Amino acid sequence: MITIDSLTKSYGGNTVVHDITFTAREGRVTGFLGPNGAGKSTSMRMMVGLTTPTEGTATISGRRFADLPNPGREVGVMLDASAQHAGRTGREILTIAQQIMGVPASRVTELLDLVSLTGAEADRRVGNYSLGMRQRLGIAAALIGDPSVLILDEPANGLDPAGIRWMRDLLRDYADHGGTVLLSSHLLAEIEIIADDIVMIGQGRIVCQGSKSSLLQAAGTVVRAADVVVLQGALAAAGVASTVSEDGSLRTEADTAVVGQAAYDGGVVLTELRNADSGGLEEMFLELTADTQRERTAA
Amino acid sequence: MTATSAIKADQTHIGRRTEFAQIPLSRVVRVELRKMFDTRSGFWLIASIGITGLIATIATIAFAPDADLTYYNFAKAVGFPITVILPMVALLSITSEWSQRSGLTTFTYVPSRGRVVGAKTLSAVIVAVASMLFAFAIGAVGNVVGSAIAGTPTVWDLSVGHAVTIVLGNLISLSIGTMLGMLLLSSAGGLVMYFVLVLLVPNLTSLLAASQDWFRHLQPWVDLPFAQTFLFEGMHTGAEWAHVATAFTLWIVLPGSFGLRRVMRSEVK
Repeated sequence: MITIDSLTKSYGGNTVVHDITFTAREGRVTGFLGPNGAGKSTSMRMMVGLTTPTEGTATISGRRFADLPNPGREVGVMLDASAQHAGRTGREILTIAQQIMGVPASRVTELLDLVSLTGAEADRRVGNYSLGMRQRLGIAAALIGDPSVLILDEPANGLDPAGIRWMRDLLRDYADHGGTVLLSSHLLAEIEIIADDIVMIGQGRIVCQGSKSSLLQAAGTVVRAADVVVLQGALAAAGVASTVSEDGSLRTEADTAVVGQAAYDGGVVLTELRNADSGGLEEMFLELTADTQRERTAA
Repeated sequence: MTATSAIKADQTHIGRRTEFAQIPLSRVVRVELRKMFDTRSGFWLIASIGITGLIATIATIAFAPDADLTYYNFAKAVGFPITVILPMVALLSITSEWSQRSGLTTFTYVPSRGRVVGAKTLSAVIVAVASMLFAFAIGAVGNVVGSAIAGTPTVWDLSVGHAVTIVLGNLISLSIGTMLGMLLLSSAGGLVMYFVLVLLVPNLTSLLAASQDWFRHLQPWVDLPFAQTFLFEGMHTGAEWAHVATAFTLWIVLPGSFGLRRVMRSEVK
């Protein structure tokens, strides 16, 4: 379990992480979601003692990272897969991890198999690795000590779709066996596929957090009918406010049962009725981080 | 997918509470020693000590006047490349964690940066002592072969005490690399400063000493490369030890402690 309590980091007068508090629980994949520069990486560096917090604490199973006697056996960390000496081979990087953690030498081959790096690839210098291969190597290094907690910064970056699926299965499996996973991403789609819990961060502040299902529910309902105007009228009659999306569907905060009943009462034939899943969360993501993003819409 | 079954096999016990033993310093030293050799650049840097040592021996036999074919001169010729190269080994082992960003993993395996830097320094000392033994051995071979070729008597003019001060002198050179590495945390900047300190500064101080009388008396106290020559040429007086100790404090201990603070506090990213 990772417990983050009022973690704050300031550089001079500039606060990049502002009083964040959350918990990544055992058996769950917690997604740390935010646009670039939101403070995700700084927060993760504070969790593992690479950056000293200005205020607040981060503990792993109740202890500060720096107080863990052999951290690699308890926490697997991958902050930047490219942060390796380009002149070492992949196998050598895993061997260094294996030796310092004091795990059997056979773990190196096991982990290479696990992340599907071939023997020939493992003997190449990481300077020649693609980003996807570095991510796989980074995952292998994080897992080699058989830890119960994983902290991964943008692990899906540079992976192809098959790789992202592989990563999802691997982390799902890891969490299902009781592990704690905290992973960050600036891509909502990735987080939505992998995470059970979501912590959304923008400009160093947590803008919302909760289980994915509760956040999805909060995202509302998408409904579509042959005649949108009639549908909107029927919803309004039932006291349900809605907005017309660009694609001609209606969006509302009411849940599907309420919307379905209202349409039935109004005699409207629906062509679609569903939870606003990805689209809804994305809208929330964009909305919640609207005043914190770099790109402002031209309108 | 095979990946899934593999992770299941070894992670059925995630979440168990095991109290792990502290990583022993000897293990950190062993790994840091390994890291000095496991890249092409690191390997050749250390290999160059042996290669230049051999070249120096051959050059001494070929070019030195017969009267100079003594053990001390051979050991000095073989030892010179060590004096120049070892500090770079010590420096790069520290700065590469920042310049190559591998510190991001190193310091998550061993969060105590003091232990990591300590282990790096110990590893460098091990390499230094091994290289010096190599230099003394090659020097002995050169001395025997050289005097046989020249037909002069083989002269063994290096006492054990003098050999020890030569090793000490090289360890001081090495500590220049350690100090600069901690202070600058940058491979490029560290190497530039290193050459400024060992090539440029001695020239400037000797110029100053030649023209300024007050500095000539002060020099052995404040000029570390100058004080080191006492160690290389054999210590004779207690005053020389005092010079070495004072210059070492000024050049290594004071800036080194600032450097250590930087290592402990700087953000690794």
